[in-house]
Amino acid sequence: MASPTVLPMTYEALSQVSQEEGLIELQVGPAHAGSGHMRILVWVEGDTVVKVDPDVGFVHRGVEKLSEGRLYVKAVPMVERPSLVDTVNANLAYVEAVEALAGIKPPPRASYVRVITAEISRIISHLYGIAIFGIFLGTSTVFMWALADREPFIDLLEEMTGARVTCSHIIPGGVRWELPADFGDRIETALRYLENRFNEYEKLWVKNPVVVARTQGVGRLSREDAIRLGVVGPNLRASGVKRDIRKDRPYEVYDQLDFDVPVRHEGDCYARLLIRIDEMRESMKIIRQAMKQIPDGKIVYDDYYNKMSPLFKKIYDEGRVKITQSLTSLAPPPGEAVSLVEGGRGEMFYYLVSDGTRFPYRFRSVTPSYRNLPFFTHVMPGQKLADVPAIYGSIDYFPPEADR
Amino acid sequence: MRPLADTVSIDEKVGLKVSCSPEKLLVVAKALKEAGFDHVVSVTGVDWPKQGKLDAVWHLSSYSDEELAGGIAQLSCYLSRENPTVPSLATVWESATFQEREAFEMFGIEFQGHPDLRQLFLPEELKGVWPLRKDFELKKRRDEFWRPRRFFQ
Repeated sequence: MASPTVLPMTYEALSQVSQEEGLIELQVGPAHAGSGHMRILVWVEGDTVVKVDPDVGFVHRGVEKLSEGRLYVKAVPMVERPSLVDTVNANLAYVEAVEALAGIKPPPRASYVRVITAEISRIISHLYGIAIFGIFLGTSTVFMWALADREPFIDLLEEMTGARVTCSHIIPGGVRWELPADFGDRIETALRYLENRFNEYEKLWVKNPVVVARTQGVGRLSREDAIRLGVVGPNLRASGVKRDIRKDRPYEVYDQLDFDVPVRHEGDCYARLLIRIDEMRESMKIIRQAMKQIPDGKIVYDDYYNKMSPLFKKIYDEGRVKITQSLTSLAPPPGEAVSLVEGGRGEMFYYLVSDGTRFPYRFRSVTPSYRNLPFFTHVMPGQKLADVPAIYGSIDYFPPEADR
Repeated sequence: MRPLADTVSIDEKVGLKVSCSPEKLLVVAKALKEAGFDHVVSVTGVDWPKQGKLDAVWHLSSYSDEELAGGIAQLSCYLSRENPTVPSLATVWESATFQEREAFEMFGIEFQGHPDLRQLFLPEELKGVWPLRKDFELKKRRDEFWRPRRFFQ
């Protein structure tokens, strides 16, 4: 099957042959669904890739600079925008950093609600990754299936937070919405639905000989190289490194939950696909435990609740937290803090520097897709040109998240 | 570590904090690598115009060492704002390659010995502007195009 994703941008680009090296330069993207919002410069010899240069920055929006002019709490919606498929984890990572800086501790119930939303978000992110991987391999059925199977989980988020994708649900010191009534039943329905669907995915796609032939042994990254290049998330675990921030540096209540970290040792595209499916199963386990263990109590810290006006307290009793002045006037003491959160695609690292004012002095965000950039320069060379989409799809790369 | 670096401390909000001068940076970095920190999480800068200095900051962590697995080491290096040159650590940790390119285009930090010090995210027109420094004012640029209404002020 001819791959439609690799097209030269112009005739000139095709004819740009380096005489000494005999290489042809191809441009994948930037205005094509096959590359996302980025351009991949590929030099080929015959149909073997020799050199790859990722040209990123087409969707760079300067989140780090923009946050320097915003209140700590007003930066929350902006920070989660770049990783649009996995907003809750990005939101959580930022709030973790602010809480560390300001010395706020969320109540246990809020921590559990955060964990539940974060795991729902991880499932959404992995399903999206599988959908994109499917369409890159040319199987549009799986693309449709996986995108449709995100819907029950997006609906859960909507019911919980009022927004399908951009929830901005986590604020320093708590969460903004109480769980709806009978929420456990609806989560259980969605989880059972997805479990049944996994069987169908396996039959149609995961064990499909065509998919196996196109992905097994393709784009292999060894354990040593994965450590040397510093790749993150499921891509790292597919190369045999047992690294999960939820276990290694537990945040929220992950140390009270029982789950495994799936690790595979092949390091190829197929392993990266299987890891994602295994991780969704672990996420389901976490959600079920968290729903069972969730304690009663407040969803914001006591000091915040006590300072609310009677009207806001009335609204709180209906299950909604209003942003009050104790958040908008939040000015952490001078210092610096880091936070690490295991997002769907990998580690989110945020570094905040405060100078004692109400605005962040310096905010640094390192997203998982950004750290997976070495896949282009180190894994694609040596592969066939037709395998470039397969490798690109398997690493679950999301250009807006990398560009920030 | 202590005889090599200028200050070594442990901050519970960050982790291990090491700072040193640019001359000693490579030696300190190699010592940290031998101690088990095998990859770079983040490379960035922090601009302090009032003190007239610019920090280059590396955050390190470890995949292979189980004891260090969840820990972060912050290696910072004080540079002058006029001539921020520092040895590149991409030779020590290959995972710093892309991020040092970003720190170069955003802060103008010159990483000596970097294999490929080009711009990464920004377009050609913004070369030499150093947008993440504090003297680059977004508001000034915005006011040229858009006058804010009173409601938003």
